[in-house]
Amino acid sequence: MAHGPQPGFKRWLYTTNHKDIGSMYLWFSFAMFLLGGCMALVIRAELFEPGLQIVQPEFFNQMTTMHGLIMVFGAVMPAFVGLANWMIPMMIGAPDMALPRMNNWSFWILPFAFAMLVSTLFMEGGAPNFGWTFYAPLSTEYAPPSVTFFIFSIHIMGASSIMGAINIIATILNMRAPGMTLMKMPLFVWTWLITAYLLIAVMPVLAGVVTMMLMDIHFGTSFFSAAGGGDPVLFQHVFWFFGHPEVYIMILPAFGIVSAIIPTFARKPLFGYSSMVYATASIAFLSFIVWAHHMFTVGMPIAGELFFMYATMLIAVPTGVKVFNWVTTMFRGAMSFETPMLFSIAFVILFTIGGFSGLMLAIAPADFQYHDTYFVVAHFHYVLVPGAIFSITAGVYYWLPKWTGNMYNESMGKVHFWLAFIGLNVTFFPMHFVGLAGMPRRIPDYALQFADFNQIASVGAFLFGAAQIVFLFNVIRTVQGGSKASDEVWDNPEGLEWTVPSPAPYHTFSTPPAVR
Amino acid sequence: MRLSENAKIATRLLALAASMLVFAIFVMPPLYDAFCEITGLNGKTGSKYEAVPAAVDSDRLVTVQFVASNNENMPWQFRPSVVSVKVHPGEVMDTVFMAANPTDRDMVGQAIPSLVPFKAAAYFHKTECFCFNQQILKAGESAELPLRFIVDPDLPPGVNTITLSYTLFDVTERVSANLDNKNTDSEREG
Repeated sequence: MAHGPQPGFKRWLYTTNHKDIGSMYLWFSFAMFLLGGCMALVIRAELFEPGLQIVQPEFFNQMTTMHGLIMVFGAVMPAFVGLANWMIPMMIGAPDMALPRMNNWSFWILPFAFAMLVSTLFMEGGAPNFGWTFYAPLSTEYAPPSVTFFIFSIHIMGASSIMGAINIIATILNMRAPGMTLMKMPLFVWTWLITAYLLIAVMPVLAGVVTMMLMDIHFGTSFFSAAGGGDPVLFQHVFWFFGHPEVYIMILPAFGIVSAIIPTFARKPLFGYSSMVYATASIAFLSFIVWAHHMFTVGMPIAGELFFMYATMLIAVPTGVKVFNWVTTMFRGAMSFETPMLFSIAFVILFTIGGFSGLMLAIAPADFQYHDTYFVVAHFHYVLVPGAIFSITAGVYYWLPKWTGNMYNESMGKVHFWLAFIGLNVTFFPMHFVGLAGMPRRIPDYALQFADFNQIASVGAFLFGAAQIVFLFNVIRTVQGGSKASDEVWDNPEGLEWTVPSPAPYHTFSTPPAVR
Repeated sequence: MRLSENAKIATRLLALAASMLVFAIFVMPPLYDAFCEITGLNGKTGSKYEAVPAAVDSDRLVTVQFVASNNENMPWQFRPSVVSVKVHPGEVMDTVFMAANPTDRDMVGQAIPSLVPFKAAAYFHKTECFCFNQQILKAGESAELPLRFIVDPDLPPGVNTITLSYTLFDVTERVSANLDNKNTDSEREG
């Protein structure tokens, strides 16, 4: 039965193997991460000093928009799907994903979606310039002509995500090895199961909102056009009904990764496994009833402001449970600080900082001051960069020896970590201050008094960017060779993925393993 | 066996995704409109009101202010004939807005109302309003646009001033592109 991959490029084009597809997702997302990162560097270079130096405001707006879209839909989401493809079948003792052909398709439509999105940069009128949240009427009446390409690329990304999510749910529900009950599943599998349901619930809403834009732009409807009796505020409600669960889509799998890594390097089992599962489910549920905290300033009745404020603050409870469990797992553990663990500890600390600034933003009366300032930028970069990006990086370092059979270079990994950690904080921490002082987001020029902090932030951004080159170099070196990794790789790690040889053979668990 | 299980789950999840798409496009916007109508959110006022005989509450006097503004690129002159009137709740009141098209081309305008405070929106009834229809003004033409309204006697206590704002949009292109929907659209939203 077992047969090897096709030779040459066809292997990647025709593959239905979860490991091949996982690798392609990861490489694709890394390419997008570098592209989106370069756009961030254009932004930071322009903001190094006040006035206009490098780019014009129109292009600056295209950079902020494309940076956000590429990082959210091109870097973070495909990276998590890639990790899910690689790890979920190996973690639950399945031979492959449940729907391997659909798996191939959901990957291969992505490069086309992003080729279309990036091609808008070269079109007349330029790329989308209305921010990654594409609020109407900026994205309808005042949009550049390329908005139609943006809409279709969002449709394709949505289709890809939905197919990926269906595949993951079918795999987890149907393909578990005998004895692998739901409450025995690794937390990464649990968080992905819940994330996949979130994806299926909200990606169609995103598709819906861009479809309504398409209708308004080309077919004369007035969903969001006040002149025809529509309402631009409706756009914000529909968008954030997608958008808020979306931010949890980008963080729940991160919780799963960190929950796998911390016990390994603390040499203690995860504290409070079942509370972790319930906390994840609670966060997922709450994510559907807090969307309007992104729009406190649109003019809501006081009852609405209060409801969304309290519901938002409620999310801090299950999140706090998780942070408590990670800290307690580490407490009095025999800790060692290999690169994956360093990234995971940084995740716990910095994600908590991002969570606290989120709580500040949740206070409706205070939000009127913070709204659309750099404080918001600082907040969501503190949850997304050390949250999503650091956890993905930690996961890659943690599982790379299993994937390639080779150990990565530990000192280079540590250099990467410290450069990234320092770069990240130097970039984003000053943004809190300029934001509180009143610097609005999405501006290419700013008042003089913000210059110092912006210069510091720009220096940090280039440092953070440089750190990623170290990462790329380390990964390539590890793929090419290096000291051989044992099957267990780490010191007595938990999970079925460590029972297969390193590198993991092309087909694993063709016969289901016995689960204790 | 296993394949059919997978296919079953995939079909169900696909149906869930499809229903969420339908929810976003066909349920959320009407739901939002209904919600705004009930709560008066965003100052959306109701559509044409059939006057019912009601006692005039002559003890109470409410100030109604009128604001007229142009949406971006709308060249018409547009203003209320009086900026403020005092009415007794239950009393029928008439006023006019003045509009003039100073350009040398025929144009179509659409006025969109908004009212503050939001909680008064449900108690402000328009029995006749130029905002129910699109207004066509030929080049250089001007017109008086009528508005007849009743403030409901049940207007919550504490509301002494109501501000009614109209924003005038240029819908000439929209109309020529979309002649069929012209009446239905403007009927739906007052």
